[in-house]
Amino acid sequence: MRVNMHRGRVGALAIVLSAALAAASACSSDDGKSDDSNGSSAKVTLNVDDFGNFGYQDLFKQFEAQHPNIKINERNVPKLDDYTPRLQQWIAAGAGAGDVVALEEGIVNKFMAQPDKFVDLKQYGASSLQTNYLPWKWQAGISADGSKLIGLGTDVGSMALCYRTDLFKKAGLPTQRDEVTKLWPTWDDFINVGKRFTSRVGGDTKFIDSPETYYNTILMQEAGKTSNQTYFDRSNKFIMESNPAVKAAFDETVKMSDAGLANGVQFLSDPWSQALKKDAFATAPCPAWMLGLIKQYGGDGQQGKWDVAGVPGGGGNWGGSWLAVPQQSKHPKEAAELAKFLTSPQGQIAAFKSANNLPSSPQALNDPSVKAFNNPYFNNAPVGQIYGTTALGLKPVYLGSDNQEVRQAVEADLRAIAQKKLSSSSGWSKAVSDAKKAAGL
Amino acid sequence: MAVDLRPATAAPRAAPHERRGFRARLARMDLKYSPYLYISPFYILFLAFGLFPLGYTFWVSLNRWEIIGDHKFIGLRNYTRLMTDDQFWNAVVNTLGMFVIATVPQLILALLLANALNRRLRFQTLFRMGVLLPLVTSVAAVAIVFTQLYGRDYGMINWILHFFGVHKIDWQANRWGSWVAISTMVDWRWTGYNSLIFLAGMQAIPRDLYEAAAIDGASRRQQFWRITVPMLRPTIIFTSIISTIGGLQLFTEPLLFNFGYMNGGSLRQSQTVAMYMFENAFNRFQYGYGSAVAWMLFLLILVFSLVNFLLIRRFAGGEDK
Repeated sequence: MRVNMHRGRVGALAIVLSAALAAASACSSDDGKSDDSNGSSAKVTLNVDDFGNFGYQDLFKQFEAQHPNIKINERNVPKLDDYTPRLQQWIAAGAGAGDVVALEEGIVNKFMAQPDKFVDLKQYGASSLQTNYLPWKWQAGISADGSKLIGLGTDVGSMALCYRTDLFKKAGLPTQRDEVTKLWPTWDDFINVGKRFTSRVGGDTKFIDSPETYYNTILMQEAGKTSNQTYFDRSNKFIMESNPAVKAAFDETVKMSDAGLANGVQFLSDPWSQALKKDAFATAPCPAWMLGLIKQYGGDGQQGKWDVAGVPGGGGNWGGSWLAVPQQSKHPKEAAELAKFLTSPQGQIAAFKSANNLPSSPQALNDPSVKAFNNPYFNNAPVGQIYGTTALGLKPVYLGSDNQEVRQAVEADLRAIAQKKLSSSSGWSKAVSDAKKAAGL
Repeated sequence: MAVDLRPATAAPRAAPHERRGFRARLARMDLKYSPYLYISPFYILFLAFGLFPLGYTFWVSLNRWEIIGDHKFIGLRNYTRLMTDDQFWNAVVNTLGMFVIATVPQLILALLLANALNRRLRFQTLFRMGVLLPLVTSVAAVAIVFTQLYGRDYGMINWILHFFGVHKIDWQANRWGSWVAISTMVDWRWTGYNSLIFLAGMQAIPRDLYEAAAIDGASRRQQFWRITVPMLRPTIIFTSIISTIGGLQLFTEPLLFNFGYMNGGSLRQSQTVAMYMFENAFNRFQYGYGSAVAWMLFLLILVFSLVNFLLIRRFAGGEDK
């Protein structure tokens, strides 16, 4: 009996094992097929790595329809902070990265310093496309040593400010976007409006979302007004302590926290999206790409409650990305085609309409359908006009190769100040020392 | 085993004369070496996936090892840097703090629970299996649910507390708050497991000891402290060492409690050593330094397991010496 039972079990095990083996070999033979596909007839799968919301779903379908042998697999990571280390590891290891990868402005210089890891897009006919991009956007896609064209520009951030009309009404503030813009020519004015708002609304509803979103906005504005640098100069030397732009942005943000305006949730964390849904903050800085995120996280319940006004303190740029093809891609030709397609003026217009990511192509920015585009989610705000008019005159800010690590360290301290766990007087010196550690100094 | 032995005695008799020596030798070898062969899979796997990585990590920790794979031998400099790294010591303090507030109540609770389960109860098996139930839920699910319970604005715990006039607690921002929150996750998951182990230990204690004590007029409480606890000594040592190893390696709960951020809060309020190791190796890409943190964690666990072992041997062994 026992022996029989034993045999029965072994038999079952054997069946399971052989099934697993069959499955595994089926998988590997599948892989083999797609790997062999150098010929044009075989099916090619292109992996696309990106973060946030690039608004490419329809464009992928269009590309697949034009190239029946290509299948696109988007591997989206919601948070940029999660995306970057993964991409870095794949690029360094020489395996794992997608065929087309998105490089955000805060990390692009890290990768421009490693030209041997990326395909030169000039080899795939991209050199003729220069006029399709704003000059600085094109320039920033060229490797640090000038040898290769690595990235093709997707979007720029530009800057505006999103606010909740219903909550503003509750606070007795104007709700029309032009009047709202007039409320706050400077950030100090903005803070005063916030104090008024807080005294009248109160409760769980705070005036601003996270200290870090405002900090980054002001930092990019201030940097744009001065040296066009933040934590690092163009030779990647750490200059945070001596750069007045960083100090000014830091101090202004601390003022907001001290006035009790900040909700203090971490940008894009679960509590942030919860707070968004539960009306727990009334404003958020809105580079164009933020519109897509607010819509995505806010859901249908927030439709029509948000509007877009001008930002205090003048224009500026926060965000924007490039698409690149890693050297490790097995299908560089097809991947380059896809990158060119997505970043073409037509592609940028489609991405703008889908996720409001503002084009970096003058042709797209001047396109009547972009200029006339109103966003129904944001109370029909004329976003094409609001962002488009300033975008052509944007100046780039140089972000050093360790920008993201330093930014995260400073943001954590700003959040601690908003949480009242770190005193605002000792905040700056701690931020500088944490930033140095993050930069490996 | 019995099946394997049979040819050893039966075979020589049936075998032709000249092959006898060879077969006997074979049989002897079978007897001598087969057991090692049978247990070898574990040791081979341990060598490949345990011992080798351990040694290799030590080698990496002696280098400055960047993401690109370039490395330079720098001796013990990663370790000397660690000694003055306040972020590392912060992580050590956090880990030990959470270890203490998680493990001490957990083991005491488990002991009491086991004592209760050891009595005659209705639906005995149901209760005994019930305490193990939290263990089969995934850590990630536990952490996500608890993190929502501990939400600052919309969490149930703050909602209950507000009935008692307690102001909203920002559990993540508060150092003690985050420690307590994470400790409850650990306790919820592991208390049942430990109490089952205690229960098994208790059932091995001879009944007549209790009967004799009862005749001598010992109360239930006296029986518990003077018979159960001392007799459970080996079990208590086992659970406390297992809890030490688990507690000092705490990673998933604090990571998810901080919404997936490796820094463990705005001021690193609940970053554990394991998280700091991961942050260095896979966010900052300083593999050498991260490996040094890993080795320090290993040493920390060794030291604390030893301290625990000695303490408990003295504490629980005091009675019968």
